[in-house]
Order: sequence, then structure tokens, then C-alpha cells
Amino acid sequence: MNIVVCVKQVPDTATERKLRSDDSTIDRSANGVINELCEYAVEDALKLKEAHGGEVTVLTMGPDQATDAIRKALAMGADKAVHLSDEALHGSDALSTSYALSQALKKIGFDVVILGSESTDARTGMLAAMLAERLGVPQLTLASKIEVDGSAISIHRQTDYGYDKVEATLPAVVSVVEKPDPFKPRYPSFKGIMAAKKKPIEKIGVADAEIDPAQIGLAAAWSVVSDFTAAPPRGKGVVVNDEGDGGTKAAEFLVSKKFI
Amino acid sequence: MAEILVLVEQVDGEIKKVTLELLTLARSLGEPSAVWAGPGYTDVAKARLSEYGAEKIYVADSADIADYLVAPKAELLASLVGSRSPAAVLIASTTEGKEVAGRLAIKTDSGVITDAVGVAEGFVAEQPVFGGGVIVHSKVAKGTPIIALRPNSTQPVAAAGAGTEEKVDVALSDAARGARVVERVKEKSSSRPELTEAAIVVSGGRGVGADFSIIEQLADSLGAAVGASRAVTDSGWYPHEFQVGQTGKTVAPQLYIAAGISGAIQHRAGMQTAKTIVVINKDGQAPIWEIADFGVVGDLHKVLPQLIDEITKRK
Ligand SMILES: Cc1cc2nc3c(=O)[nH]c(=O)nc-3n(C[C@H](O)[C@H](O)[C@H](O)COP(=O)(O)OP(=O)(O)OC[C@H]3O[C@@H](n4cnc5c(N)ncnc54)[C@H](O)[C@@H]3O)c2cc1C
Ligand SMILES: Nc1ncnc2c1ncn2[C@@H]1O[C@H](COP(=O)(O)O)[C@@H](O)[C@H]1O
Repeated sequence: MNIVVCVKQVPDTATERKLRSDDSTIDRSANGVINELCEYAVEDALKLKEAHGGEVTVLTMGPDQATDAIRKALAMGADKAVHLSDEALHGSDALSTSYALSQALKKIGFDVVILGSESTDARTGMLAAMLAERLGVPQLTLASKIEVDGSAISIHRQTDYGYDKVEATLPAVVSVVEKPDPFKPRYPSFKGIMAAKKKPIEKIGVADAEIDPAQIGLAAAWSVVSDFTAAPPRGKGVVVNDEGDGGTKAAEFLVSKKFI
Repeated sequence: MAEILVLVEQVDGEIKKVTLELLTLARSLGEPSAVWAGPGYTDVAKARLSEYGAEKIYVADSADIADYLVAPKAELLASLVGSRSPAAVLIASTTEGKEVAGRLAIKTDSGVITDAVGVAEGFVAEQPVFGGGVIVHSKVAKGTPIIALRPNSTQPVAAAGAGTEEKVDVALSDAARGARVVERVKEKSSSRPELTEAAIVVSGGRGVGADFSIIEQLADSLGAAVGASRAVTDSGWYPHEFQVGQTGKTVAPQLYIAAGISGAIQHRAGMQTAKTIVVINKDGQAPIWEIADFGVVGDLHKVLPQLIDEITKRK
């Protein structure tokens, strides 16, 4: 099975994240890490390979430093990577990103594409659905469980009430949600980290993936930021120590705010 | 006046509150038309949508729309955008709503904005980003503005609309029938409001322990939804769909009660735009205090039972 996993490098959420004052895009000069839900995507890709054979290719679109995220995925066990990197892609919105990634995916070829259901920076949660739309293949998103049997694929799609069982035929685009222990993404072993250094990362640009420059980058963006400001800080709250009456005090507060 | 399409969010024919919020907002921008997608349309639904200002109701109630994932809804909306040329399309910024919005944007070559909390004149959307730390104003530059709004961002206000029905037949493409929903498994049949829509959320963290009944009791005494930190969902104490935070749900209720939650940045990313935040934590130095409006430093296993008693007494 030819499995491609889309991995994104995002600013570390433990640090202060900023928008750039010059063009209102996300400041990517800060500490970059692999988007956490993408680690789950890599884990599920590796599990599929273990069960059905084949190869796992990592696909990342992003600036040069995004190689860190790629190395992490390779160290976890992915076989090779394609890094789509081009100045012209800077400032791409969800429409452009989905277009650029879909062009790269057409070039790579796939039976299944796996994504995280959301990135911590853009947080649009749309990419998987948009890729399915662009590629004309079934969308199996928000998966907490994936099963493949020949060319049939089915998932459990997480919902507010539990889950939906959804079925399709390969090729397909899948996105995955976070899972509890013991389904957490594996940690790269020392051997894995060493092996990753020798795994191939193919760098491609806009022309290699036959991406139309008019559809990407800041100039092509379908939506534009007009302004941004830091959110006002919250006021200082009232704190009481429990001296046997903490619950009563809390109730009084709720009454004063008309919640009771 | 310009027509604004509002995609109705419903489960088994029951309209979600966010739809009424979207209709209320749409009235300030133009003339709202509700779009019903899927089976379950009834006179009750019609009455409700009209009550909140729907001038028109497009009804596409074939079972196919719900039997296949997301794509049919985008196809239906795209055909309406094509034939009616609305000024904008409003969709709930739920996991599914955002997916519909994304596909619709591609189909109609239009810009899309997700996680908006408001839309002003000229379709300028306001979005909190980076977990609420930064407020962004943005606008769609091409095509029909498609804006996904977070539940709880507008107060729903009734104002009657004509509610003129129009049946819509969509001939779904093969591509829209790619992913078939074969079963809906309802794990939790509770009468609690849904997490992202609830006016009050009571969340528990590691400090609660494996037995979450105290959180559920407090939630029920307030008519609230239950939420959890990742420490809780990771341990399997409560299902993941109740997780609040960066890799869980984003909530913006009127009241958020955090019990036994330290308030890691990843948790705060999902709740710090709540109007009022109440904290119960035995550690007075935990980061959650930075955003608390009121709090009790103490053992939640002592404070919460007393609080529940007091609430019950006062009812
Ligand atoms: C990439 C990434 C994504 C993440 N996404 C999320 C997310 O979406 N949501 C999320 O919640 N977390 C998320 N986390 C995890 C987050 O960093 C924290 O680990 C988690 O929120 C901690 O949960 P907690 O507050 O319940 O547990 P702890 O941090 O262990 O805090 C427990 C708190 O309970 C208090 N306490 C203990 N006993 C009592 C008692 N008897 N009475 C009163 N108080 C008591 C303690 O003082 C402490 O403050 C993410 C982490 C990463 C790295
Ligand atoms: N630049 C990118 N390169 C590779 N994958 C991406 C990129 N942007 C988004 N993705 C994928 O899309 C998922 C959802 O992102 P988003 O829709 O931005 O919330 C991520 O978890 C990734 O799997």
C-alpha cells in the first residue's frame, strides 16, 4: 500500500506565538515542532504499513526549517519524504495549501493520504476535506480507528454523540484525531533517529509539482487579514481559601452572576 | 436586501442552537435563507427557523444527503450559491461545518474564514487565534464570503421571518457518494447540552480522579455540559470527545468551571474566551488562576459536594 502522510511544522504552543507585523502571516521564525496531530497521523500510517505492507511517504509543505518535522516522522519509521518548499508558497491560505498539496500528491501517487485533523497554528481543520474535494476521492475524516481490507477502507468518525462508522473504497483521504493511551504515537528510538539521517528527502519546488503560481502565495489568497491586536488581558479575579465554606462562597458568586 | 444562506445544523431533525445564532446574525447582514440538508424536516423545524428570521427555507431532505459524509452538503450549497448568488454563506464552525465550508470554498472558488466570533458590515469577520491570545479581523477577497462561526458567539434573538419553503432537488454526483455512513453509534445518551453549544461547562482535570460523577452531578445541577482536560481523556477516565483544549474542543460558554485542572496553555487554548471562569484547585499557584474570575483554593472533593448542595437548596 502506498501511504502518504501530510505533516506540518508549527510554532511550539508552549512559546508565545505571533503574527508578522509586515504581512500578517504566522511568524515561523520561532521554535518549530511537528504538529501533534500529525504525529498521530504518522503513527496510523506506520500501523497500516505494518498490517498491509507498502511504503510510508511523508509530505510537508513549508520553509526550510520544516525539515525538523520531516526528520521526526522519518525517525518514527516513515520510509522517505517529499518536501515542497518554495518562496512563492509563502502566505498561502487553506485554498492555496490544499491546491499545492493536491498537486504534489498527484505527482507522488497514493492509495491513502493521512492527515492530522487540525493544526495548532492555522487550526482550520479543513485541509483533509479540501484535499478530498480537490483529488476527487472519498473523505474519511476525524478517524479514531482505521481498518483496511483489500481496497475497502472504513473508519470510526468521532462525533459529539460517539462515532459514525464510515466506509469507502481506496484511494481515500483520511484525517485522524487524538487518541488515549495506549494508542499514542511511538517515540523515535535511537536506532530510528540514526536511520532517519540516511533516509531520502526529495525537495521539490512549485514547478516540479506543476503548481500554477497564480493560485498560491499571499497575492493569490482568497481571504485577507485587515488588522490584528493582542486580546485584552482578563481582570484580576477574586480568590478565597476553603475554610469549610468554599462551596457556599462559590455558590454565592454564582448567584451574584445570576447563574443560579 | 441581499440574501444570506445559513446552513442549518441539526441532529435527527432537531435544530441546534447555533443555527438560531447564525440566523440572528444573518439578519444584521441581509435577508436570511435557511438551508435544510438531510431528512427530518418537519413543520416544527419550519416554525423554529421562521421564528428566528428565515425569510426562505430551502429544503433538500433526501436521505442521501445524510448517508454520505460532508460532500453532499457542500454540493447542495454550491448549487444554491450558483443559482441564487447570495451575498454570503454562514455555517457553524463545528468540525463538520468547517469541512463543508472548505469543500464549498473550492467548488465556488470563494474565500473561507473559520472560527469567526462575529461578522460586521462588509463581511469583516473577527477571529480569536492562537487560543484566544490574538484577535484578527479578516475579509474574503474572492468569490462569495463563506464564514464559519463558533457556537455561542451571538445571542439568539427571535424575530419572525416569512419562512417561505422551496424544495431543492440535488442530483448528487458520484464523487459526493464517496464515503458512506453505515452506522451512527450513540455512546452517551445523556440529557446534557452539547459541549461546544452549552452556556455552562463544568470541566474536570486530573485532580478529580477516575470517578467523574462529582463533575457530572455539578453539571446536572447547573444544566451544564461536562468537559475534561487531556490528563483525564488520556487516562481513559472520560471519552476524548469531551476534551477541551488545543487538541480537543474549543468552548466559549457564559460560565466555565475548572475543577482540578492546572490550566496548561494547551488547555487554556480551548476555553479562555469563556465569559466567566470559576476555578477550584488545591494549588493556589496553578497557571489556571491567571484567568480565573473567581476561585476557591481547596480540595474539590470537599468544595464541590457543598456547592452542589447549595445549588440544589437555592433552586
Ligand atoms: C501538543 C499538546 C496538546 C495538548 N492538548 C491539550 C488539550 O487539548 N486539552 C488539555 O486539557 N490538555 C492538552 N494538553 C496537555 C496539557 O499540557 C496538560 O498536560 C493537561 O491539560 C493537564 O491536565 P490537568 O490540568 O487535568 O492535570 P494536571 O496538570 O496534573 O493538573 C491537575 C490539577 O489538579 C489539582 N488538584 C489535584 N487534586 C486536587 C483536589 N483534590 N482538589 C482540587 N485540586 C486538585 C492540582 O493542584 C493541579 O493543578 C496538550 C499538550 C500538548 C503537548
Ligand atoms: N503545509 C502543510 N504541509 C503538510 N501538511 C499540512 C500542511 N498544512 C496542513 N497540513 C495537514 O493538514 C492537517 C490539518 O491542518 P489545518 O486544516 O490547517 O488545521 C494537518 O494536521 C496536516 O496533516
